[in-house]
Amino acid sequence: MLQDKDRIFTNLYGFQDFGLKGAQSRGNWDGTKALIEKGRDWIIDEMKASGMRGRGGAGFPTGLKWSFMPKESDGRPSYLVVNADEGEPGTCKDREIMRNDPHTLVEGCLLASFAMNAHAAYIYIRGEFYHEASNLQRAIDEAYEAGLIGKNACGSGWDFDLYLHLGAGAYICGEETALIESIEGKKGQPRLKPPFPANAGLYGCPTTVNNVESIAAVPTILRRGGSWFSSFGRENNHGTKLFAISGHVEKPCTVEEAMSIPLRELIEKHCGGVRGGWDNLLAVIPGGSSVPLMPKDVCDDVLMDFDGLREVGSGLGTAAVIVMDKSTDIVYAIARLSEFYKHESCGQCTPCREGTGWMMRMMARMVRGEATLDEIDLLWDVTKQVEGHTICALGDAAAWPIQGLIRHFRPEMERRIKEYRARIAA
Amino acid sequence: MSHLRRPAPKELQPTSFAFTPENLEKAKKIIAKYPEGRQQSAVMPLLDLAQRQTEGNWVPTVAMDYIADMLEMPAIRVYEVATFYTMYNLAPVGKNFIQVCTTTPCWLRGSADIVDTCKKELGIGIGETTEDGQFTMIEVECLGACVNAPMMQINDDYYEDLTPETTKAILDSLKKGEMPKAGPQSGRKGCEPMGGPKVLKAFCGCGAAPQGADASEGDA
Repeated sequence: MLQDKDRIFTNLYGFQDFGLKGAQSRGNWDGTKALIEKGRDWIIDEMKASGMRGRGGAGFPTGLKWSFMPKESDGRPSYLVVNADEGEPGTCKDREIMRNDPHTLVEGCLLASFAMNAHAAYIYIRGEFYHEASNLQRAIDEAYEAGLIGKNACGSGWDFDLYLHLGAGAYICGEETALIESIEGKKGQPRLKPPFPANAGLYGCPTTVNNVESIAAVPTILRRGGSWFSSFGRENNHGTKLFAISGHVEKPCTVEEAMSIPLRELIEKHCGGVRGGWDNLLAVIPGGSSVPLMPKDVCDDVLMDFDGLREVGSGLGTAAVIVMDKSTDIVYAIARLSEFYKHESCGQCTPCREGTGWMMRMMARMVRGEATLDEIDLLWDVTKQVEGHTICALGDAAAWPIQGLIRHFRPEMERRIKEYRARIAA
Repeated sequence: MSHLRRPAPKELQPTSFAFTPENLEKAKKIIAKYPEGRQQSAVMPLLDLAQRQTEGNWVPTVAMDYIADMLEMPAIRVYEVATFYTMYNLAPVGKNFIQVCTTTPCWLRGSADIVDTCKKELGIGIGETTEDGQFTMIEVECLGACVNAPMMQINDDYYEDLTPETTKAILDSLKKGEMPKAGPQSGRKGCEPMGGPKVLKAFCGCGAAPQGADASEGDA
């Protein structure tokens, strides 16, 4: 198990002061100027060496992403945008950083922005997180007052401004280009890529969008070295990670652990086990609602990292672990996610706008068994018509949970249909 | 789930809107956050400000027009934003605006019972407002507090780790005009496991974790 001395977010549970004094007592803002003085290339190289892969779901290597930003300005400013629009069902980790350890994020914004030649950064936080935004704004104000950000940040000679921007209830704004549109004061509808944000992002300027957890980990990684971070987890899956475990466990919680921890160990060590014991487990959605579920036999020995979960046909996503025991109506559990995606589709691409409605309505019938057996294949076909045919990944995210259900729980779906048909025949 | 988002009927729409002097100051500060010529970026925070200022916690069409003028953008662009984002109420809501999360992680922990409790205690259905204008209840999608499920948001506050009993207690105290304590209703502070943190104990104060709560250090 990860030791406390290797945890980045030591005030995750909010028992200490989240303000500047408390943060400094936990080692935040220690030697920030010296880190900046080591230079842009050093920071990016350390981030590459750390093996950090983006914590927002896609898992793209953070250092590499930063290196795509232009080294010299062509006259346009560069921006860092932090994605704090946490809304993937099951996910509640960035919330804890922002309300309990906000200075990790503020300091991370400064260092990351410096590394990418950005004098300004925007944090886009979901509008429902009113108190999280208040705490974060206080941290930003404190950092300005203490000269840690603003003109000549930390005495480094680098000018840096940090702004908070509140969303207003749209899951799609977690998609990076929809988020950029939203900051620009428009509907949050994703843009076609290319051009990628590193070339033309916010206000048409070079922009990198990073997740809260990725950025908030940066100061500690730079202070302790990329090799420290990469000493956790398997090759290609390094670091520590916040896991949020919800659903049918005895004690749901959010916890920072080493990557590649076995799922079973995560649940049993930190959450008091599955309700009714491990053998009462039915299935787990390991990375937020968008990734396919895994039946119990896969859960028995799967490792919680990008590659381990991809190998079993699922994904690490945001590391939001949704646990379902044998009492779960598994078809409804997924049907409810189909409602979610229907509700959150931005309506821009036809396959998603129409397909999410189709999938939701078919899933509602599957819950009751009001279907014919071949409609399971039809449903599968609909998911394939949506997947890969949209501008952003919301279409894929809507398709995958259903595909996971059909792959692993087809007999249960068939049973309901047969029972229903027997009932109406009688 | 999805519902049409259209402005309230004409009879409900006020005929004028202007920011109060205090809010006008706030609006100027908000606009200054964005680069020159990019003032359209302020449309979302200004809509929020307008909603908070308006009796009934909503955004009348005339407020959208006012913001369009202020930001020098076409009114239709403001309407688009106001109807796209679900946190803008397009018609008045009750003084206590209750949003119960029913997405899968909350549903697994009993959100259906929370919805039923609200219906029973308030005598209204989903999307309805009590006759006295005190309560509106809606179902919402994931609010990002899944390890504290089931949960609901009332105005700006999250109420977490709910049971039908604690939900009733919250509603009862709101009915009396009191301000019930927000956050987890189960006794825990935040997202740590029930019974106290198993890790980071040194950072959580010695009184926080009951003795013997940690079963995990030795066998790691």
